[in-house]
Amino acid sequence: MSIIEFEARAAAFPSAAETSLVSLHDVHLAFGQTEVLKGIDVEVKQGQAVSIIGPSGSGKSTILRCMTGLLRPQRGRIQVGGVRVDALKTASELIALRKRVGFVFQQYNLFPHLSVLENLTISPIKVGGLPRAEAEARARELLAKVRMEHKQNAYPGELSGGQQQRVAIARALALRPELILFDEVTSALDPEMVGEVLTVIRELVQDGLTCVLVTHEMRFAEEISDVVYFTEAGRIVESGPPARLFGAPASERTRAFLQRAVGATPLRDAAPDPIQTYLHIDPLRLAV
Amino acid sequence: MANDLVLPTRRSGATRLWLPAVLRDPWLALLLALAALNLAWAATGTAPAAVQALWHWWPALLRGLAMNIQISVLAMALGTLAGLVVGAVSLSPSPLLRRLTRAYVLLFRNAPILVLVYFTTYVFPFELALGGWRLPFPDWLKVVIGLGLPASANVAEIFRGAIQSIPSAQWEAAQSLAFRRAQIFRMIVLPQCLRRMLPSWMNLYASITMSTSLASLVGVHDLVDAATVASNTVSRTDFTILVYFTLLALFFAYCYPIARWTRYLERRHEHY
Repeated sequence: MSIIEFEARAAAFPSAAETSLVSLHDVHLAFGQTEVLKGIDVEVKQGQAVSIIGPSGSGKSTILRCMTGLLRPQRGRIQVGGVRVDALKTASELIALRKRVGFVFQQYNLFPHLSVLENLTISPIKVGGLPRAEAEARARELLAKVRMEHKQNAYPGELSGGQQQRVAIARALALRPELILFDEVTSALDPEMVGEVLTVIRELVQDGLTCVLVTHEMRFAEEISDVVYFTEAGRIVESGPPARLFGAPASERTRAFLQRAVGATPLRDAAPDPIQTYLHIDPLRLAV
Repeated sequence: MANDLVLPTRRSGATRLWLPAVLRDPWLALLLALAALNLAWAATGTAPAAVQALWHWWPALLRGLAMNIQISVLAMALGTLAGLVVGAVSLSPSPLLRRLTRAYVLLFRNAPILVLVYFTTYVFPFELALGGWRLPFPDWLKVVIGLGLPASANVAEIFRGAIQSIPSAQWEAAQSLAFRRAQIFRMIVLPQCLRRMLPSWMNLYASITMSTSLASLVGVHDLVDAATVASNTVSRTDFTILVYFTLLALFFAYCYPIARWTRYLERRHEHY
């Protein structure tokens, strides 16, 4: 997908560029007795990259699943591209939403019985009604974008984790979504494969695709995000531009979290960590 | 030393050249050896009396085997159709339907097959009255049902297990790609299930085939029945031994290719 295409899409919805593409207001969700979201407010504007960080179990992935209607909150309002997601009732309404929202999972979740190319074409053909030749041409273009065109006939089981995740990103783009949600997409990967996946995501952000990322890659979130949200125990603790959230967090809890993810806050008076100095381990990747 | 190493390699290489792949199967080689032995006996007219008697009874034995094959194929067809329905119902949201199918599966998986064969033979009438028509209900067809019942219970369990073995993440991924529930089931879940079911289904097929030998106990003229009649008629100890060895060989000849094909399919779908 080219930059021009995204710009064309943005031009088609002139008002969308001004207002929020995604907006969550006071979202509450519980699994049985366990409250997972206790009043979440999130705004994502057209073309923005928004990261959600926070400790495990703080409800980050749940927020993403609410945005695409995989989970339904008990209370609150969720609006995605002018659609009230929390009020969707029929399967057709949910399908219309999901054509506009891509989702990339931590565990890739490619279809193991289909080749890489078929993984990318099955939805455009069966759901989008695209002719096979066109779907395949578009799939090859997307595979080239994630540098996986040489593996189009391989099966997912034959690929490395990083390769599978890049295919999964291409698959999420196959329906030409306006918004793409990344759910800890590098958490299941070996460290040496994280880079190749992050590179692909960085390029998508640079192309102007609206992205919401749940991530433990602090440095990456800081680099690519327009806005960062910090969640803890089902609430948004604070949000803001990455320079402020990472550089001068307002909340003590954010500061404590970032400190646990060593080195994300500038600790001027702290002695250099001897392990980091001598072993050259990136503590951000090890933390959390 | 170098020559010692080279020589056997060459020889085996040469062997591979003139020996077709099928001949490397030891069972097929044994079969061909037996055929050659019989040809020699026939050509020289020196076949032992028991072997001559076996050739005399050979057509009857093959007709019996055909009956076993017919029963096994029909019982598996019936069992698979019924089993898929029962398996699908066992995943229904209704607790009552789930409990009913659970009872069905438990009952017929835990009943001895011989008991089920006797059960269907003596519970069902020998003919069916359909309006003015009287349709005969032969014993072999009752055996098909007797074997089809446990087959269906097993297929139901294999199917349910296969569906449940597909991770829920596959459903979630397909949902996020805007598939409808029926599409997910048909295009994502079912194809993965069928391939996972295949080895268990083939095992069941082999096991049902072997159970067709029970048909002789309720008076069906199958392979075992033919062998018993032959043995009693010829009434020679060496012939009796030979005919039951033949019986083993014939069942093996039917079941072994199924087992081999299963192994082949398992290897072919190894990539997931």
